Amino acid sequence: MSFPWAKHYEPSHPFMKWVDSRLPLPRLVYNSIGAGYPVPKNINYWWNFGVLSGFALVVQIITGIVLAMHYSANTLVAFDSVEHIMRNVNGGWMMRYLHANGASFFFIVVYIHIFRGLYYGSYKPPREVVWMLGLVVFLLMMATAFMGYVLPWGQMSFWGATVITNLFSAIPVVGNTIVSWLLGGFAVDNAALNRFFSLHYLLPFIIAGVVILKIWSLHIPGSSNPTGIEVKGPEDTIPFHPYFTAKDGFGLCVYLLLFFGVAFFLPNALGHADNYIPANPLSTPSHIVPEWYFWPFYAILRAFTVDFLFIPAKLWGVLAMFSAILLLFFLPWLDRSPVRSSNYRPTMKWLFVLLIVDVIILGWCGGAPAEEPYVRISQIASAYYFLHFLVLMPLVSVIERPLPLPNSITEAVLKGKDRDGAPIGMAQATNATISATPAE
Amino acid sequence: MLGRLISYAIGGVFVLTLLVAAFAPREAVVEDPNHALHKYPMKISWAQDGVFGTFDRAQLQRGFQVYKEVCAACHGLERIAFRNLVDIGFSEPEVKAIAKAYEVASIDDKTGEASTRPAVASDYFPSPYPNEVAARAANNNALPPDLSLITKARQGGKDYLHSLLVGYGQPPAGHEVPEGLYYNPYFANINIAMPPPLASAGQVTYAEGQPEPTIDQMSRDVSAFLDWAAEPKAETRKRTGVAVMIFLLILTGLSYLAYRRVWAELKSRGAH
Amino acid sequence: MAIVEESVGEDGVRRRDFIYVATGAFAAAGAAAAGWSLVDQMNPSADVLALASIEVDLAAVQTGQAIKVSWRGKPVFIRNLTAAEIQAANATPVSELRDPQTLAERTKEGKQNWLITLGVCTHLGCVPLGAAEGEVRGDYQGYFCPCHGSHYDTAARIRKGPAPTNLEVPEYAFKSDTLVQIG
Repeated sequence: MSFPWAKHYEPSHPFMKWVDSRLPLPRLVYNSIGAGYPVPKNINYWWNFGVLSGFALVVQIITGIVLAMHYSANTLVAFDSVEHIMRNVNGGWMMRYLHANGASFFFIVVYIHIFRGLYYGSYKPPREVVWMLGLVVFLLMMATAFMGYVLPWGQMSFWGATVITNLFSAIPVVGNTIVSWLLGGFAVDNAALNRFFSLHYLLPFIIAGVVILKIWSLHIPGSSNPTGIEVKGPEDTIPFHPYFTAKDGFGLCVYLLLFFGVAFFLPNALGHADNYIPANPLSTPSHIVPEWYFWPFYAILRAFTVDFLFIPAKLWGVLAMFSAILLLFFLPWLDRSPVRSSNYRPTMKWLFVLLIVDVIILGWCGGAPAEEPYVRISQIASAYYFLHFLVLMPLVSVIERPLPLPNSITEAVLKGKDRDGAPIGMAQATNATISATPAE
Repeated sequence: MLGRLISYAIGGVFVLTLLVAAFAPREAVVEDPNHALHKYPMKISWAQDGVFGTFDRAQLQRGFQVYKEVCAACHGLERIAFRNLVDIGFSEPEVKAIAKAYEVASIDDKTGEASTRPAVASDYFPSPYPNEVAARAANNNALPPDLSLITKARQGGKDYLHSLLVGYGQPPAGHEVPEGLYYNPYFANINIAMPPPLASAGQVTYAEGQPEPTIDQMSRDVSAFLDWAAEPKAETRKRTGVAVMIFLLILTGLSYLAYRRVWAELKSRGAH
Repeated sequence: MAIVEESVGEDGVRRRDFIYVATGAFAAAGAAAAGWSLVDQMNPSADVLALASIEVDLAAVQTGQAIKVSWRGKPVFIRNLTAAEIQAANATPVSELRDPQTLAERTKEGKQNWLITLGVCTHLGCVPLGAAEGEVRGDYQGYFCPCHGSHYDTAARIRKGPAPTNLEVPEYAFKSDTLVQIG
């Protein structure tokens, strides 16, 4: 598909020939995840997380369809129907725990996948659309996860829904109108629960559609790799099958060990005790927090405590939270460095480590109560988050002197462990070896 | 170039706003005096702990007895059906007999008026109050929560429950307990509306051969029982989990060998 | 760069084949187990199974009367047959019937007046008329299904119309003279 030396699908069995000439589905599979897709031979375990994300999505859809067979989206019985699943339905407890913890594990693999893209510059040309479609998936996932958390109709469901939908009330003039439109009422109630259920069921299929587009756009340039330099010839690639199906199969097993370990032995560790109390619109729990995967963004939302430049603090928080995600769409243009991989970017490598530390601090603050010292820490950490992406990244990409790049992937592989700092003399030029230099 | 300047400007505005907020003076925080009195739950060892732990059936039955004779006066157990008691070691005839002693809401099939009938195994435990208003009215406006999910709905679970049940005591000097409330440092608000439910040893008479019904023992038993009630499938879950993990460990080993094999072929081919 | 020796057995089966086959077989077994749990979750749940049997008090059902009770989500007709109805049922030659059964085979010994059947027409599942006071009872004075015109006699046996078999007799047992457990 992507390279001239990619193997062509040649069905041997008459039946497969018959199918292929009428509906070339076997050919599509062969070219997408079979021997017909040449993959850089040097990609490491961090490249497993794309396939893992896809697997996590499938697990959520399957367990979700099962749960929907037993769940009732009505405020009178929603909580009871979830307990009915836990206590009466055959294996229902397993389906629910796999679905609830599956959401957390979906976010874990997607976050690793995103940070892998950040470190290795996977968002750079010619893969900008792959990156942006990934961000669309991420946004849809957040919406889906948020609405899914409302469905059990516990205290956290109800108050989480109340707080998050109230974010839209920060919009000047039309905010309250939008909130009551979203909720179909003046507070979170049956109308909101019903539409959240409908959308929670719909969105995963839209995610699956965007994922297909994403894989399509990925197959035009092919997968990136840890050196960040483009594939030069057949010696740089190996077929996806059997080499990466085998590697992904092993990665999947390790993932399942961790996922099932939590789902079967610590199923409520990532949840919140208050969500086992039925929703009560007259009493808010003392400490409400969203699910852990929203904590960094929740910390940014709460970090804005001062009205400034005639904009109220509440609106600042909402603007900043959405900006924190949306700015990622502009990364291909914010980072002007022609070198993709941070392996060859001594400054960017350190900034990447700082960013991870910063996001972990934000997450920690987002899960903590809104009191000192967490508020001040989250303010500094939020400031660094914006500083990183909007100031340091564009600045460093212009002034940084990258390390010399190897001439080809094969050369980097042969040098093996030296690739983290290519020795002098190994490559004459740096930028000249990059086939896709971003247009100025 | 222009794009970069816009990005610096937006970044600068966000950073400035945050720094203004970070350096803004803070209002003095009034320390909640109850905070210093609050205690975290004691760490208790339970038969059902751990990957291989199973419920102690005799303990659950004692705990059920404590629930029935003490807690049930105010607290419901509405998600547990009498048939579920088979899980904690009662036989089917015993379950039927237990159920028969309870009256559940029914409709008189001649007059259509609300009435009651003796419960059967498929019925759920009837709640002590018909509705929330009645429950509050009978309890000084405090609502006794239903106990079917209590260990999952409280941080600390069964440890918290046991700590709370045995944690009543005299308030320290200077701490005023409001009228109608009781001092309990394990409760989040320190002052709890529930009077000490387990007041004296021997409050419940255990069957022959069972441990002495001390307050501590009764509290452990009822906490274990309610932990079962919160998730009757917990044992099945762990048992399934062990089988799944053993299976996956083998599959992981095999898939690793298969992966190494596939790649070894690549390397050997590359060398030739 | 390591060159891997492939161990070839006597029969020519190489060891790596075993690993691939074993991995594939294990993965397939895991997928099958997961698949079974997806199938099993659609089976009746514990609370539904708990209602699989009910007890009915018959003390108030007079001779000639019938009651309808709900069992497993379906109606059950319990009729206290009159002597005339019993006689009419017994007088019918079994050889004439589409689904040959005697009244004795359809009731319990010594309780021949208690005709307990599912109230579900064996044609396409409608509820026949005749169990309630004043309803049409069909040409044979038993039950009549209005959907497609099946007539059942006093032993609830099919006599006329499209239904292929008699009204089904559920599993039941008398726990005392007036208490019957269905299911």
